[in-house]
Amino acid sequence: MSSALREFFAMGGYGAFVWSSYGLTALLLVGNLVLALRRERRVLRELSMRASVGAEHDAA
Amino acid sequence: MIKTLHKYASPMHFHAVARAWSAPLLWLAAALFLAGLVGGLVLAPADYQQGESFRIIYVHVPSAWLSMFAYLVMAGAGATSLIWRVKLMDAIARAAAPLGASFTALALATGSLWGKPMWGTWWVWDARLTSELLLLLLYLGYMALQSAIDDRRAAARAGAVLAVVGVVNIPIIHYSVEWWSTLHQPATITRLGAPAMATSMLIPLLLMALAFQLLFFALLFIRVRSELLEFEQRASWVREILRQARSR
Repeated sequence: MSSALREFFAMGGYGAFVWSSYGLTALLLVGNLVLALRRERRVLRELSMRASVGAEHDAA
Repeated sequence: MIKTLHKYASPMHFHAVARAWSAPLLWLAAALFLAGLVGGLVLAPADYQQGESFRIIYVHVPSAWLSMFAYLVMAGAGATSLIWRVKLMDAIARAAAPLGASFTALALATGSLWGKPMWGTWWVWDARLTSELLLLLLYLGYMALQSAIDDRRAAARAGAVLAVVGVVNIPIIHYSVEWWSTLHQPATITRLGAPAMATSMLIPLLLMALAFQLLFFALLFIRVRSELLEFEQRASWVREILRQARSR
């Protein structure tokens, strides 16, 4: 690893604080995206099931 | 104009708009994040007092700004729904809450990570930090209400009251550094006068703020989509979307 890269990660001694901040940010922002998309998929699935159950019910 | 508003207040129409705009907003946000990160982590010089630790500003300040913006969206949507009974507004308020809570938690956490090396402490009960913590509790309270009440509309209405009552916290957060003597520094970016920050440091901050903002809208749109489907599950347009999703 080049010294410039090492310096970049060290952040003048504050590396732990800086990279934890950016790491948390990435985690929360990407996490929100994933959760939001998952929620939509789940809602589509559940509403679909409910609708088909209803249709069977009406047909019966 | 009222007719246009009416059209966009229709859940079906808004769902279509939200579906169309989510991906473009995400890509735009990603591009801005990239530019902001390069500017903030690489190009901007180190601060003469704080050294490299100041770079936390590029995630801390946008999170804080968005934590307040999301609350205004939530409270505004809630108030609109209480006054005019607009179902779309219920969906927007419910969608905004977890996003706002995330941004608030992030602002608090990154603030602590900045405060420890700079102030020597993870936390202090000064006006800015305390009111921001209160903001988090308001979001969590709102979300707790939503899960506690089964009827979605009743839940949204109760949440809207909480959100509107709590909105006084937003100017308190904003002016806390002026009204009280706080450990947290006063605002460097105000509407009047030139900001007390070097341009090379300011530009990445504005880019990151815009990135966060667009990401918020993208996430909001994605969440509102599910909320609208749930609110309007018996509607024919929802059945059509379910049918399309099944056939894919």
